[in-house]
Amino acid sequence: MSTTAASARSLGCAGCEVCGLVVRLPVPAGAAFCPRCGERLHSRLPASLERTWALTIAALLLYIPANLLPVMTTNTPLGAVSDTIMQGVVELWSPTSWPLAVVVFVASVTIPLGKLIALAYLLLTVQRGSVRSNGQRVRLYRLLKFIGRWSMLDVFVDTFVVALIQLQPLMWVEPGAGVLYFAAVVVVTMVAVNSFDPRLIWDLPQQEKHAHG
Amino acid sequence: MMASDSLPVAAQVPAASAAEETLLACPDCDLLQRLPPLPPHHAASCARCQAPLCRHKPDSLERTLALALAAAILLLIANVVPMLGLSVAGREAFTTVLGGVVEMWREGSQVVAMLVLFAAVIAPALEIVCLLLVVLAVRHPPAPHWVATLLHGYEFVREWSMIEIMLLGVLVALIKIAELATVIPGLALFVLGSLVFLLAAMAAAFDPRVAWQRIEWAAGRGPDGIAGGRG
Ligand SMILES: [Zn+2]
Ligand SMILES: [Zn+2]
Repeated sequence: MSTTAASARSLGCAGCEVCGLVVRLPVPAGAAFCPRCGERLHSRLPASLERTWALTIAALLLYIPANLLPVMTTNTPLGAVSDTIMQGVVELWSPTSWPLAVVVFVASVTIPLGKLIALAYLLLTVQRGSVRSNGQRVRLYRLLKFIGRWSMLDVFVDTFVVALIQLQPLMWVEPGAGVLYFAAVVVVTMVAVNSFDPRLIWDLPQQEKHAHG
Repeated sequence: MMASDSLPVAAQVPAASAAEETLLACPDCDLLQRLPPLPPHHAASCARCQAPLCRHKPDSLERTLALALAAAILLLIANVVPMLGLSVAGREAFTTVLGGVVEMWREGSQVVAMLVLFAAVIAPALEIVCLLLVVLAVRHPPAPHWVATLLHGYEFVREWSMIEIMLLGVLVALIKIAELATVIPGLALFVLGSLVFLLAAMAAAFDPRVAWQRIEWAAGRGPDGIAGGRG
């Protein structure tokens, strides 16, 4: 690239996160508000790394009961059977419905865990001041933002199985404690990704002073 | 004013005279770049990280209005007609989206019930209503400042509006139940299916830049895009 590439921060400006307006920040630094939409301006999200770490660790802890506790209990006159998320995937596995079993497995097990590992990787590389593969890391961030919502799939599955199978006294399904933990994992990881500021990936280890190419 | 000639131009847009350009900081990498006016249907991406920056959408406001009205009607229908039915041993039971929420609440999972209510009903409704009000309000610029709050709310609620995920969830639930009882797909299932496409088209038609340009500034009119911070 022939022109100089410079971040808005190195030029004393910030792009508003809400409306996109580029605004010159006050000197000395203090609270600044976007003149167009009135929202608080941030050169980088405040305490982004600390908040993202806290939420990532919280989600990892919630991930354990989410997978160990049953998400639903099926009651019949013969007794009660409880299923965890993984048992639900196994039961869905059949010659005709295995593609759906794969989808549920990916959305409920792979995506939440993969998201936490990817977040930890992004946090660690930013903290080490890495300047390598910035393009790949920002694409990873955009992927996390895009696919994270799909983990909510199992919450909807459980809700509608519970809603439909209410045939007392023949058969009825109750939600288990696992659903609550699982829903919490999904919500906390979504908030964690939102609290990570991808602009940190591009910042040089030292406060950037010069425009770099 | 900084020497904007030294800044890179956003990728994939033709060059234009400096007077018509706007300044833009990439939300994903903070690269400050010049954005020339886009020809119809063209999209600009970040010169450094390829983040999509904006797209020129012809007749954005009119098309968004039409799609949002249609989506509002479909969402209303989807929540009043039955979605899924079950027939076993001569007994039939039907449920709607709200029925699922109520059953979850009664069975003791109140938090999950609220989450499902928010993601499947409230967030999509807010998404449609916010956008509807925004496009109606900005028809006569400058729009009052509460429109900015609505536009901000729309961007937030979009991430939590999960009709497409709920629909896939219903499909999986349907397969799970099919081995126990006869499942009867209801009208709402097809309405929700159309709504998924309508919501996607609505979001694709809406150009937030056009709306922002027509909203009154919080701190009065600023100079050429670079304004001093308030307070
Ligand atoms: Zn703003
Ligand atoms: Zn960028």
